[in-house]
Amino acid sequence: MEFIHSLTQHAFLQHALLAGLLASIGCGVMGSYVVVKRIGFLAGGIAHAVLGGMGAAFFFGAEPMFGALIAAIMVALLIGWVSLGWRQQEDTLIGAMWAVGMATGILFISQTPGYQVDLMTYLFGNILLVTSQDLWLMMTLDILLLLLVLLYYRQFLAVAFDEEFARLRGVPVALFYMLLLCLVAVSVVLLIRIVGLVLVIALLTLPAAIALQYVHTVGRMMIVATILGALFCVLGLAVSYQPDLPAGATIILVAGMAYLLSTLLTSLRQRYKARVITTR
Amino acid sequence: MTAVISVKDVTFSYGGPVVLEDVNLDVEDGEFLGVVGPNAGGKSTLLRLMLGLLEPTTGSIEVGRRDPSEGSRAIGYVPQYPPFVRDFPITVEQTVLLGRLGTARAMGGYSRRDRDIADRVMTETEISNIQGRRLNTLSGGQLQRVLLARALASEPKILMLDEPTANIDVRVESDIFELLRKLNQRATIIVVSHDIGFISQYVERVACVNRTLICHATLAIDGKVIQELYGGDVHMVEHSHG
Repeated sequence: MEFIHSLTQHAFLQHALLAGLLASIGCGVMGSYVVVKRIGFLAGGIAHAVLGGMGAAFFFGAEPMFGALIAAIMVALLIGWVSLGWRQQEDTLIGAMWAVGMATGILFISQTPGYQVDLMTYLFGNILLVTSQDLWLMMTLDILLLLLVLLYYRQFLAVAFDEEFARLRGVPVALFYMLLLCLVAVSVVLLIRIVGLVLVIALLTLPAAIALQYVHTVGRMMIVATILGALFCVLGLAVSYQPDLPAGATIILVAGMAYLLSTLLTSLRQRYKARVITTR
Repeated sequence: MTAVISVKDVTFSYGGPVVLEDVNLDVEDGEFLGVVGPNAGGKSTLLRLMLGLLEPTTGSIEVGRRDPSEGSRAIGYVPQYPPFVRDFPITVEQTVLLGRLGTARAMGGYSRRDRDIADRVMTETEISNIQGRRLNTLSGGQLQRVLLARALASEPKILMLDEPTANIDVRVESDIFELLRKLNQRATIIVVSHDIGFISQYVERVACVNRTLICHATLAIDGKVIQELYGGDVHMVEHSHG
């Protein structure tokens, strides 16, 4: 109740709530592709390597979120190129980019003169520090992401489902795969403010993974995952507010618990169904 | 008759031993061609070369007088092993509609015409009653029909099937080949099979592939041809499934 009362009073809390809702669109839509295409490791690589761009932006006095966006797109293209050209060594190369990106970021941040950056804010997020400028950027990225997915839903679906068939039907598979990774990168940037780059992969995958347990199409998965993502953000924010817990970590724990509970329920439901069939 | 696919002096290897050597083949318009041969003899490789999924090491291939990478859009392809994961969240109807890619408009959703064609091919392949189901709930025969419907959705001039009945029982196998016989009235069909005896009932000509390729009219297939192809004695057991 105190959270609701504070929500009407404080602009920073309203910003936080709005940021959570805007981020959930990216996490629901692109998270669904990450889950069905099974590219969680690639998305994790993009998320962590982004610190390099954020660190560089700090060092050169630019806005860290723009640095993150540019770095995320660059890393997505690099990872996509590696994934398409060197599939055998994909794991090693992405792991290397993951670590090198983070190391670059830490070096830049450590050398930023006259200002000690709170590294924890970027590693674990701080939804309460979201500014109006962040919100506008998030909204723009959401619109761009939704527009592209709506226009090319069938091509993205074909590339995620059956690359070989998509290629035979004349779909430029490499182009759409790269675009898909770039949109995942955009979603990562959307989520960094909320939960930080270390935890971002959980919010990108858990709502979609829960949705997959209940719906049978990618389109419905996106809708359910977006609603779940929004729910987890609001719930995490509300739970963390009064005892002054880190909001990002609380949101992830709420999502993690929901996933465990849902998996347990799904498993029980399947066992019950199997028993009913065998006793018939 | 005109050749819809022309394979000229094609040799191919995956980097190691030669898989296909000096292969020549003209597939005529409206033909029902069987491609047979032992396992690892190069049957699927030949199909993938014609589809433009592989490039010949030497020689050339034309599909409708064009390079296979462009000409393959006129081909409806049914793979032996579907490369997708069976629990992918997609329904039968959505899978069939994906066959309209490359034919329908590039942006946005499916048109009324796309949906009408998908409905028609689902009726033709007898899967209309399962169009709302997920792929992981289907039997082997049902999945094969879905893949055939997806291939037909592009209204192809050529239909290529790689071991379409490898994982299904004999009764369903006959049903699928009867359907292919009907489809042959409007499309050239190339079907890869390891079962020379079975497909001989349906195809007009057989391309025997075991590194090299030799074509035979179906009626000319005898014990000697089979022995040469498989490299050993093959016993023919006459039987019926009446």
